[in-house]
Amino acid sequence: MEKYTLSVLCENHAGVLSRVVGLFTRRGFNIHQLSVGPTIDENISRITIVVKGDIYMVEQVSKQLSKIMEVIKIKTLKDNEMVKRGLVLVKIKSTPKNRGEIIEIANVFRANVVDISPTTITAEVTGADAKLDAFLKMVEGYGIEEIARTGMTALERGSNTLKLDK
Amino acid sequence: MTGADIAVAALEANGVKTVFGYPGAANAPLIESISHSSIDYILSRNEQGAAHMASGYARVKRTAGVCTATSGPGATNLITAIATAYMDSIPVIALTGQVKTGLIGKDAFQEVDIIGSTLPFVKHSYLVKDIRDISRVINEAFHIATTGRPGPVLIDFPVDVLKAKYEGGSDDEINLRGYKLQGRANESQIKKVADALKKAKKPVLLAGGGITCSGAVNEINDFVNRTGIPVISTMMGLGVIPTDDERFYGMIGSHGTKRANTILNRSDLVLAMGTRLGDRSVANAAGLENANKLIHIDIDPAEIGKNMQPYIPVVGDIKDVVSQLLPMLEQWHTPYEWKHEIDELRFVMKPRNNSEDNGFVNPKYFLERLSKITNSDVYLTTEVGQNQIWCANHFTIKHPEMFITSGGFGTMGYGLPAAIGASEAQSEKPVIAVMGDGSFQMDLPELGTMLQYNIPVKMVLFKNDRLGMVHEHQYLFYGSNYQMVDITNGSPDFAKLAEAYGIRSNTISENSQVDDAVKAMLADKESYMLIVNVSPFEPTGDALNEDKMKNAGKEA
Repeated sequence: MEKYTLSVLCENHAGVLSRVVGLFTRRGFNIHQLSVGPTIDENISRITIVVKGDIYMVEQVSKQLSKIMEVIKIKTLKDNEMVKRGLVLVKIKSTPKNRGEIIEIANVFRANVVDISPTTITAEVTGADAKLDAFLKMVEGYGIEEIARTGMTALERGSNTLKLDK
Repeated sequence: MTGADIAVAALEANGVKTVFGYPGAANAPLIESISHSSIDYILSRNEQGAAHMASGYARVKRTAGVCTATSGPGATNLITAIATAYMDSIPVIALTGQVKTGLIGKDAFQEVDIIGSTLPFVKHSYLVKDIRDISRVINEAFHIATTGRPGPVLIDFPVDVLKAKYEGGSDDEINLRGYKLQGRANESQIKKVADALKKAKKPVLLAGGGITCSGAVNEINDFVNRTGIPVISTMMGLGVIPTDDERFYGMIGSHGTKRANTILNRSDLVLAMGTRLGDRSVANAAGLENANKLIHIDIDPAEIGKNMQPYIPVVGDIKDVVSQLLPMLEQWHTPYEWKHEIDELRFVMKPRNNSEDNGFVNPKYFLERLSKITNSDVYLTTEVGQNQIWCANHFTIKHPEMFITSGGFGTMGYGLPAAIGASEAQSEKPVIAVMGDGSFQMDLPELGTMLQYNIPVKMVLFKNDRLGMVHEHQYLFYGSNYQMVDITNGSPDFAKLAEAYGIRSNTISENSQVDDAVKAMLADKESYMLIVNVSPFEPTGDALNEDKMKNAGKEA
């Protein structure tokens, strides 16, 4: 099964997300990742959905989503034609002794250390899944207390945009 | 004006003449406003009945049917009927009352999240929290329900919004930038269809309910006349070509005819129009996919590729597609060898309908006679089960709008209220509700509605003291272990029941009684119940198992 990234523009109304998510459950599609946020136009939200499946399934997902009245536009983004980022906050066990080591790893991944306590370091990393996974793998050995990870959000590369038809 | 007044004015502006419903505290303001308007209401005995009535009404009138219910249990009682309308693409608009805005989410008395409950089977739904939105929402609801692929729309009105007063003008302009209606079908795709047809040796047109939705019945008849293409249909497509017409070769599917299924399998090109290609119509999806012979034409892009991948997909309104396709086929005619081959099938596979007297009426013979005597110039509704399949295969259906049945959802208890709705929609033609004694008991309180409003539905009640289709299923697949299907000792005396509602009835048990009984029923000006005793071992179809099933009956 491959991963596909769908970028969906929809009305910024109450209940839209439940229509979108409900559709996945009802039709037996799997949401791998989801992220939602407003756009420049405050009346419109962008939902980025990563789904796992084959091309026929993704086509069907996209067509079914189109039927939701509040969904305005959908595009399936191609892997090599988009910038895709997620964020992970990770709280790593640490002692004053290995703190420097962990910060060094964080620097390599361009992760930000956002909090330190006598027994932990909290780091923030952004990137595609592979980078986030690699970072987590590197710090796993120190002991991970907790993770908060977002779904991917994505934009097309270059000047292409997912604009509304006027 | 109150919110309810604004809502009712918007209903009037959208041409609503009748609202079917059941009152309660939360939709009481609506009922109050309707009483001061030009709109009539019909009180059902259960909200589900009201929504089925709206569905029957919509199918006959070809406009949206409107029903209303109060919050909580009133609203949830609508659910089965909304799902029924959704599966058959019927424009039903459900107006529900809701607890007042401030109580939403507090589990107030008679509160339910009806928007959430119906989400998977409405075309769209609204919770109206601002009185200024009412007109626009109602206008949008009618637009959504009746255009594109039709379907039900639910509008939930908190009671305080209905009671509130507002005098300022409201914005009633439709604003639906996310509603993607299909434009003209892609010409190059249609060209491909024409080319494929010209090469085909054994083409067949598979007619679905979408043809009726599109209003393209005449265009399809013209298309069939000019090209000579044989027609088979799904249940929802019955009557697109009159079922007694020699151009029509029967209904496909698990309860279709053997010859229609055989033709589907033997064909080398299937022109599927306005059908979902559901599992009960085409069991063997791979058979169609792999043979590269499926052309799928539908207005809903999501139907294409949902159940099977077509060889040539066309997204568009059937009427538009046919108008583009026909000129490309001027010189083309269906090969005569193929016509000849399937005409032979028609002869060999003609079902036999015995009509001798043996203590039971043969329902298939009955329906043939009913067709003949009425000339099929009636609206026929069915329940779900054997009665439905008997009607589909043995009553001559002249036009799809005149055959009103729950196709996709298979809802027992649909036929009687749908018949009431069909009667309300027109008074020119008789409405006949064909029912089984199982289905009828699901909605029999609606006899009260018929009585109260003097609605002249002619009821044909096939009585076999069984839930016949499941009974047959248990015979075929569960070693005749008949469980939960015998209602012999649990049914009322139907003649007395009819009498209790002031409805005349007659009971027959022999084929030789059929003609006189049908004529007497039709001659009666009021509602009427004809109770027809049928063998519990009467098979549903004319399939291989017919003789076996009959013999089992003799042994029992």
